[in-house]
Amino acid sequence: MAGETTATGRAAAAWQPRGAEIAYEVFRFLGILILTLIGLIFITFLIGRVVPIDPVLAVLGDRAPPEAYERVRQELGVDLPVYQQFWIYLMKVIRGDFGTSAMTSQPVLYDLGQFFPATLELATAATLIGVVIGIPLGVVAATNQGRWIDHVTRVIGLVGYSIPIFWMGLVGLLVLYSWLDLVAGPGRLDIAYDGLVEPITGLITVDSAISGDWDVFFNALSHLILPASLLGYLTLAYVSRMTRSFMLAQLNQEYILTARAKGMTERRVVWRHALGNIVVPLIAVVALSYASLLEGAVLTETVFAWPGLGLYITRSLFNADMNAVLGGTMLIGAIFVCLNVFCDMLYRLLDPRARA
Amino acid sequence: MTARDWLLTDTPGSRRQASFGHWYRNWLAFRGNPLAMVGFAIVLALILIAVLAPVLPLQSPTLQSLSTRLQPPGAGHWFGTDELGRDILSRVAWGARITLTIVIMVVVIVVPIGLLIGTISGYIGGAVDVVLMRVTDIFLAFPRLILALAFVAAIKPGLESAIIAIALTSWPPYARIARAETITVRNADFVKAARLQGASPFRIIWHYVVPLCTASVIVRMTLDMAGIILTAAGLGFLGLGAQPPTPEWGAMISTGRDYLLDQWWVATIPGIAIFVVSLGFNLLGDGLRDVLDPKRS
Repeated sequence: MAGETTATGRAAAAWQPRGAEIAYEVFRFLGILILTLIGLIFITFLIGRVVPIDPVLAVLGDRAPPEAYERVRQELGVDLPVYQQFWIYLMKVIRGDFGTSAMTSQPVLYDLGQFFPATLELATAATLIGVVIGIPLGVVAATNQGRWIDHVTRVIGLVGYSIPIFWMGLVGLLVLYSWLDLVAGPGRLDIAYDGLVEPITGLITVDSAISGDWDVFFNALSHLILPASLLGYLTLAYVSRMTRSFMLAQLNQEYILTARAKGMTERRVVWRHALGNIVVPLIAVVALSYASLLEGAVLTETVFAWPGLGLYITRSLFNADMNAVLGGTMLIGAIFVCLNVFCDMLYRLLDPRARA
Repeated sequence: MTARDWLLTDTPGSRRQASFGHWYRNWLAFRGNPLAMVGFAIVLALILIAVLAPVLPLQSPTLQSLSTRLQPPGAGHWFGTDELGRDILSRVAWGARITLTIVIMVVVIVVPIGLLIGTISGYIGGAVDVVLMRVTDIFLAFPRLILALAFVAAIKPGLESAIIAIALTSWPPYARIARAETITVRNADFVKAARLQGASPFRIIWHYVVPLCTASVIVRMTLDMAGIILTAAGLGFLGLGAQPPTPEWGAMISTGRDYLLDQWWVATIPGIAIFVVSLGFNLLGDGLRDVLDPKRS
């Protein structure tokens, strides 16, 4: 382990993977990605099949004559063997056909396009908050191991791992919105500002900034700040804890001793040498927490009436709109799977120690 | 000779004495960690409250009294009453039973599955290993809450569905741990000796490999419990977990939401219960890891 990292020069050389290795890793990555995605589609297919609702009756209603019932049954492919049904389902999903939502009467894919930007905006803002605070906090905790700042970081992490996010959201709304009136309430905008800005990216803060509509921008920001900070806190808890343990592992290495012996300033040793060597695992950590935020947003969106994917999925759920539920599950699942597999590849490609 | 000397002797006279001594030393190390002891106390309190809820001097958690609805915390009701006049203290105490049930049931389902897959994968190796670990990786890459959500929605909302859904997405880490431990002992001398004596693979896995996995699995289990509790509470909050009038903490927060502005205690107090219990499991897990699994801390 120490071999690759005793001298920064050698470490840098070991970080350059050769062409054949890259090709192998990329193929391996694609193979695993496809396999995992098929696994995901298979699971959602199974979930869709155990629903205690007759899909034919769902289309026709209770009073359909037997001929019509038989015709629709064949059209839907319900009479085929399971593996053929799965094949048809798989082909549909690949073409982007998730069926029609019973609740909105729109294709599920179109709905997902409408609801996804809100989730993306929330998760991105949260990750930014978490990373910008979390990484420096982790570094400072590691360099001051055992002192008060280290203990504070540990408590922040423990609380973040233990607190129910939906409850934190409710308490946040109660205190900051209702009692102190510091932030705006649920939703993405006040009703007065709704529909003033043409959607370009679908992220209201970005769209309003592009069109120079600063009133809308500040209103959107005021709505975004509380849910984003709460989700960001979860990222912060995870990122700072991981940064701390990565940094501690680096600071015990001999190259750090060498750098110090050469008379390098402590700041340079910590922020350049040590932090520079943990960039790869940190990217993986951030990507993973981003993925889990897309998922964790389900609860936050419910609390804040934030019109994103989470709200879409839960609302569809209570209207027995399985197409919409499975479509949403598949989209979040696919992003989650891609980020997960991507991190694994990044790790193996850029960090030779992971291939041992 | 005191009991302490008997436990700490360097020359134990029997297998049982050595084993007791081993656990006693672990306990001494654990006792020296104040945060871990706090976690231990919280978890112990949770278990006691859950077990003793029926005999504690509490009101029935489902007894409605509309004339005393939404009372603030005070002498009659320490934690106040909810929208149907039910005593929140009593509901929180009974909710501990639900939480403990969920956690235990998930663990009972998940740990054997993980151990089975992991030890078989690690011990047999080859193609079996590749296939089993690929399946494990696929499950590991799944979003937990969302899948649980879709699953519960498909069957029917309720405690059992929530437990199965959480279990479905929780087993892969145990398989990974068990496999890693198995590989390190697969070719150890004591395993070879057992094999030469004619022990079947099943016997080797069950009597020689599984006991060595327990320490890591216990640590992982304890650290997992907070996550399980939070996921279960989340499902309850969305209305997909335990159904009313069951006093499930997440569901209690969900109903308290409607009264948040004027009667803050209805939603806030169950949330504090969830937080304290998760924190307890996290502290206990950290402490156990330092004692049982020093190489990972």
